[in-house]
Amino acid sequence: MNEQRKIWRNIDIPLVLAYLVLVIMGWCNIYSAVFDPEIGPTFTFDTRYGRQLIYIGFALVIAFFVLYTNLKIWTQFAYLYYAVSILLLMAVLVVGTEISGAKAWIKIGPMSIQPAEFAKFATCLAFAKYASRPDLNMRLVRNQIVASLWFLLSIGLILLEPDAGSALVFTAFIFVLYREGMSGNVLITGVVAIILFILALLLNQYVLMGLVALACGLLVVINKKSFKNIAMAIAIFLTCCVFIRGVDYAFNHLSDHQRSRINVLLGIDSDLKGAGYNVNQSKIAIGSGGFFGKGFLDGTQTKFNFVPEQSTDFIFCTIGEEWGWLGSTVLLGLFLFVLIRIILLAEKQKNDFGRIYGYGVACIFFIHIFVNIGMTIGLLPVIGIPLPFFSYGGSSLWTFTLLLFVFIKMDIQRHASV
Amino acid sequence: MPNRASIYAERSRIVILIFIGVFFVFWIRLFYLQILDSTYKTDAENNAFRKKTQYAGRGLIYDRNGELLVYNEAVYDLMIIPIQAANTDWAHLAELIEIDEAGAVQRYKKARAYSRYAPSVFEKQLSKETYGRLQEHLYMFPGFYVHSRTLRRYPHAVAAHVLGDVGEISEDELLRLEPEGYKSGDYIGKSGLEKYYENDLKGQKGVKMIMVDVLNREKGSYKDGAFDSAAIAGENLYTSLHLGLQAYAERLMKGRRGSVVAIEPKTGEILALVSSPGYDPNLLVGRKRSQNYQVLLNDTVKPLFDRALMAFYPPGSIFKIPQALIALQEGVIKPYTGFVCDRSLLGCHNHPSATSVPEGLKMSCNPYFYQVFKRVLMQGRSDNRFVDSRLGLDVWCEYMGRFGFGQQLDIDLPNVKTGFIPNSAFYDRIYGHNQWAFSTIYSLSIGQGEVGLIPLQMANLAATVANRGYYITPHIVKTIGEARRVPGRDTARHETGIDADFFEVVIRGMYGAVHEEGGTARRARIPHIAVCGKTGTSENPHGKDHSVFIAFAPMDDPQIAISVFIENHGFGGTWAAPLGSLLIEKYLTDTVTRPELERMLDDALKPVVAKPKPAERPQTREPLMAPLPQMMPQLGTAPLGMPSTGTPAPNVPQPQPSSPTPTTEP
Repeated sequence: MNEQRKIWRNIDIPLVLAYLVLVIMGWCNIYSAVFDPEIGPTFTFDTRYGRQLIYIGFALVIAFFVLYTNLKIWTQFAYLYYAVSILLLMAVLVVGTEISGAKAWIKIGPMSIQPAEFAKFATCLAFAKYASRPDLNMRLVRNQIVASLWFLLSIGLILLEPDAGSALVFTAFIFVLYREGMSGNVLITGVVAIILFILALLLNQYVLMGLVALACGLLVVINKKSFKNIAMAIAIFLTCCVFIRGVDYAFNHLSDHQRSRINVLLGIDSDLKGAGYNVNQSKIAIGSGGFFGKGFLDGTQTKFNFVPEQSTDFIFCTIGEEWGWLGSTVLLGLFLFVLIRIILLAEKQKNDFGRIYGYGVACIFFIHIFVNIGMTIGLLPVIGIPLPFFSYGGSSLWTFTLLLFVFIKMDIQRHASV
Repeated sequence: MPNRASIYAERSRIVILIFIGVFFVFWIRLFYLQILDSTYKTDAENNAFRKKTQYAGRGLIYDRNGELLVYNEAVYDLMIIPIQAANTDWAHLAELIEIDEAGAVQRYKKARAYSRYAPSVFEKQLSKETYGRLQEHLYMFPGFYVHSRTLRRYPHAVAAHVLGDVGEISEDELLRLEPEGYKSGDYIGKSGLEKYYENDLKGQKGVKMIMVDVLNREKGSYKDGAFDSAAIAGENLYTSLHLGLQAYAERLMKGRRGSVVAIEPKTGEILALVSSPGYDPNLLVGRKRSQNYQVLLNDTVKPLFDRALMAFYPPGSIFKIPQALIALQEGVIKPYTGFVCDRSLLGCHNHPSATSVPEGLKMSCNPYFYQVFKRVLMQGRSDNRFVDSRLGLDVWCEYMGRFGFGQQLDIDLPNVKTGFIPNSAFYDRIYGHNQWAFSTIYSLSIGQGEVGLIPLQMANLAATVANRGYYITPHIVKTIGEARRVPGRDTARHETGIDADFFEVVIRGMYGAVHEEGGTARRARIPHIAVCGKTGTSENPHGKDHSVFIAFAPMDDPQIAISVFIENHGFGGTWAAPLGSLLIEKYLTDTVTRPELERMLDDALKPVVAKPKPAERPQTREPLMAPLPQMMPQLGTAPLGMPSTGTPAPNVPQPQPSSPTPTTEP
């Protein structure tokens, strides 16, 4: 009894409330996205919103389970879960069911599970456990690279499915590494690489190389004209040139649908009926919402299936269309609140494990939100990953719940250990 | 190592800043998408809404006994919204609606050039069968949907000129009528009643906001129809036409060129209005309209030309009626004034000299009316015969105007002409001021020369005489709509200003022409019915004379006044009179008791027909005019026998390009 009272006294109420609000909002939006005005308001467990209600119920069971059991079952066996997750990721390559070009699902009876979802949690846990080893100096690049292997292995296996979206999620750990001491230059290099990647596709590669040379020259002029700086500049330039050539080569070896998605995003190609259809319809749906939105169940674009995948990857369209800019703002605010809250709580954790794990959770959420909403509003290419707590589907909801509540449990422990 | 937590603790702020930065960019982007850029809202409407125009059925048209003359038939237009139709399987679609694939792509391009978002007609007027076949496959063609429209149908195929036709609005009309709510692809009355009563017939278009899903399936009306407006059907027209009479007149005129106009004298209601050759109004409907229209337009006998309202004919001897009336009213002759049949003045046929006005009319004596007209013109108002004739003609013109001649009778049909009554200004222009006198223009006395009437005016003359001195402007539509609203029109009695007594004098002559020995219209007599008629044989230098007859009956309670004008058909008494007589009988008794007349008329059209020899029917022989310098100036041609006078007067009738030239020329 004492233990239970402690849970509710120490639990971070704002975070739990935010979670509940997001899940409820999420369910309403799935209901609206699936709602058929010709049939009217009916309820069966046959529909997506019916099933999502079951998933939510199960997610709550998970949440309570995490809250009422010892945290050690997660921290102690972190490597074991990771091992299971890796085995599942390998198994899916063999026994997985192929859905739209990717072997991402394992069918067990009536259920399908997505090992990549579980891998997010397991990798996060294992990475945090490893990186928080007291004998490990995370400021050393060597140790950073070794720690990275934990998520790079997951990325590698998921890319084999291939499921680029899920693989992308694991880049979240770059931010965690940064927090733990990785040089900020890596982030800058990453951003420069992304910019170069985009420019390499938009511009003639030789023009781009010229621009890079100009930028390097400028760097030398602004800084000291020492031999070291000049050598650095030349090295940067050569690296960039190789990268640009590489992008060009890689792009020519991408699969057609990926290439066309990137082309559409960059405005090279505006095939509105082909690859650009999803994004265009998504933008139409969101854009037609206006300031106040069309109101619950009154969205026309999402209702009549103009937006594909509207209850899963494009669920944000329903929010944009029915709740308008106001609703979008509230949702963005809520997500931002959750992210910042987790980061702040993570910083308060007394042990490194908790902090690193908290950062991992926040950054995984962030990548999901960033990629998913960025895609629906046409800022990022179409990459199919779910919007946390909103997208239809059990696997992702349970994973996000597990990720979040293990952290909440850690936070409760923090108070308990005082 | 507690320090490990704190060394890079400030990096939490950078991570949070990155989060905030990304969310801020998204927030601004959403602001742009949802609030600043309105194109997505219209795109959304085009996606999910189909603004379906609900076309109103045009009003129906009935005859005076409630017989349906025009009704509507449903057809289906296939519409396209180009932006949604980019991925169409053109070959399949083309096969379904039975066109060729290249043509289908061509139509798509044309529609796209017009508007990518607004619907255009892809294929007009699909039949029910094609529509049925297409309907099953329509889900495969996003961006396509079907509109139901209505086309006009004519159960009796009569009165094509009167009823007029309906066609798609032209570019010119659209330019003019767009403010009134017409859109490209709308139907509009093109001629006849359809055009004149367009505003009553067209009804009001409605709009229906239908929601459609991504597979082009209709998902019901938006907001339970809060934005819908129902189409309001056009109002019916209840006309004064008599279907039986109209059809019979068309039957008798078949194969003949000319016109029949029948009026109820008391009311001015038109009972029949025939221009022959006519055409089946069903030809100018639907997909075949433009093709058939071209065929009719290029036909040498000009079936589209409404002779009843647009052809100027010299009236011939029927003009003696107003001549006599004017002279009586002017007091220049008395009912019993007689003139010798002096054939040196004007050619005439064998008959005793007329000793009275009725006799002059009955026998249609040309020299008699030469004298009558001379007295009207030369009343001694001046010693100078030129001035005298001029003053006389001015008075005469005023009278003629009161008969509605040279003026537009405001019938409720478009394009009615005025006819032509030459006045002094006109002759001045031809001959010069004071260069003409009665002796120059005497052919007017017998309805030849420059005078031109349209058949409607001839029938109106008969109605005026039947009314003993006035006419009501002829009209076709009696009432409109369920409320039986009477259309706003001229309902006044147009008085001629001539005493009713003088009309009785003329009527006696017209009765005599039909019923008495020596009358020129003997073939028009009907047992037990007092018919008053006057024949005319209108000279035509281009071919055979025109055959003319006007009449009304019964004499004491006129129910019908009629004009029959048959181009190049010989004597009025021989052809037009029996034809008119059959129509009068048909209308008054609904029977035909003289099939021999019908047979005679039919026989006349058979390829080998003995031309009636003049000697066989001397009493119906009408005169040939003495060759006289008569002029009908036409635009751009200087009249013969005088120097060019420059620009013609504004009231000179425009030459009708498609009209047979019914006027005489030197």
